[in-house]
Amino acid sequence: MNENAVELRNVEMHFNMSKEKLESLKEYFLKFMKRQLYFEDFVAVDNVSFDIKKGDVFGIVGLNGCGKSTTLKIISGILEPTKGTVKTHGTIAPLIELGAGFDMDLTARENIYLNGSVLGYSKKFMDEKFDEIVEFSEMQEFLDVPMKNYSSGMVARIGFAIATVTTPDILIVDEILAVGDFLFQQKCEERINAMINDDTTVIIVSHSIEQIERLCKHCVWLEKGKVKMIGEAAEVCDAYKNSQR
Amino acid sequence: MTKTTSNKTNFISDMKRFFPLLKNLVSKDFKIKYRRSVLGVAWSVLNPLFTMLVITTVFGKLLKIQVENFATYYIVGFAIWNFFSEATSNSLGSILSSAPLIKKVYIPKYIFPLEKCLFSLVNFFFTLIAVIIVMLFQGVIPSVTAILFPIPVMFCFVFVCGVSLFLSAATVYFRDIQHLYGVLLTMLMYLTPIIYPLSLLEEHKFVLKIVKLNPITHYVEYFRGLVMYNTIPNLKENLVCIAMSLGMFLIGALVFKKAQGKFILHI
Repeated sequence: MNENAVELRNVEMHFNMSKEKLESLKEYFLKFMKRQLYFEDFVAVDNVSFDIKKGDVFGIVGLNGCGKSTTLKIISGILEPTKGTVKTHGTIAPLIELGAGFDMDLTARENIYLNGSVLGYSKKFMDEKFDEIVEFSEMQEFLDVPMKNYSSGMVARIGFAIATVTTPDILIVDEILAVGDFLFQQKCEERINAMINDDTTVIIVSHSIEQIERLCKHCVWLEKGKVKMIGEAAEVCDAYKNSQR
Repeated sequence: MTKTTSNKTNFISDMKRFFPLLKNLVSKDFKIKYRRSVLGVAWSVLNPLFTMLVITTVFGKLLKIQVENFATYYIVGFAIWNFFSEATSNSLGSILSSAPLIKKVYIPKYIFPLEKCLFSLVNFFFTLIAVIIVMLFQGVIPSVTAILFPIPVMFCFVFVCGVSLFLSAATVYFRDIQHLYGVLLTMLMYLTPIIYPLSLLEEHKFVLKIVKLNPITHYVEYFRGLVMYNTIPNLKENLVCIAMSLGMFLIGALVFKKAQGKFILHI
């Protein structure tokens, strides 16, 4: 029996930082002939290894550009690491930026089905859960309004409701709790807490250190793509806060 | 349920899981295309009819191309050609325009060009309504062989998927293709016997050779033979069509498979 939900081993992610991105054949050819094809190697995530236990609530903290989101993308399978391996056990529901799959010309009703299928849910399943989603998002009145007329908070509500309609084995939460009014934020936290009790592994990225302290059990602190500290959430958060002064 | 990085997940289970997405994307495209237009879906039938009117006036009446029932001749070929050109030019930018999704959720990326091909296939069936209208109008009775029409359409679909996969992947790396492809399409159109019969090229052996090398020529001729002339292509012609379709599909799929891992770094 495997105890870990996520295992990262020596993961490295390199990006091509060519100052000018060559996007046309002619440019490419000219530069190639002149032998000017230099690429600057940018290491966003550098030799990161850690395990996340099943049922854990795991936070990732760090300054902007320290590789938090890149790490999440590697875990959720959107990015393939340049080096190293990632192993995940179980279904993943990524919350990385809510409403990524919405088409603003469609109504909320149509978008709920579209987004559900983006996350790989079947039509039948969405039919069953439709009311639940609408109820949670509290958007009953606006169901048949094109989403382009929605406010960003309203979009986020629908997005959150869809993404959390199942109980996935691993839930990835990236800064999303920053949107919506405080009542809805509370509601979101309640739902995440319910999932935590349901043995879901939750990975949270947030700039709100209080939120991490409140929700997480364990935490990793990334600095310039490297693991600076890993351990109990309270300890790591303390160290992180102290370093900022 | 254990998996290593998602790019190595099983093709079949992916396909099963994301089939509803494919369906939803097609219906989304359809809704958006006709939303807020008064005539709505009717445009799918009207558009080919209007194009046909323009072409038959210019080429049939003014330039006097000698083909019996020119309007029918044209629109039958146009149906296949339009399917090809619409599907491929929509697929071209499909990966780029889906960047927000691809960057945030794991989705098998071939869904996007494939969806555009399916959407055009749906449109193709609407064009068929226009074809029937023109045939009724000109009093052309469809041949018995017309019931076999799904065969060339299927060949063409597989071919179109191959081209689309290739183009959508290539465009991520070289955006120039977006601009180049329009010209290429115009050239290809004139190298396909849509507005002229193959017999017109008899004196120009070289051009005829090129036209016959064009795969779409084969699909158009196959389809037109079935619908208008009561002819079923022989085994050799069928094999040629299958070889071209599968060949193109394989090239497209391989290029796409090789390129897709790095898409995210370029979009």
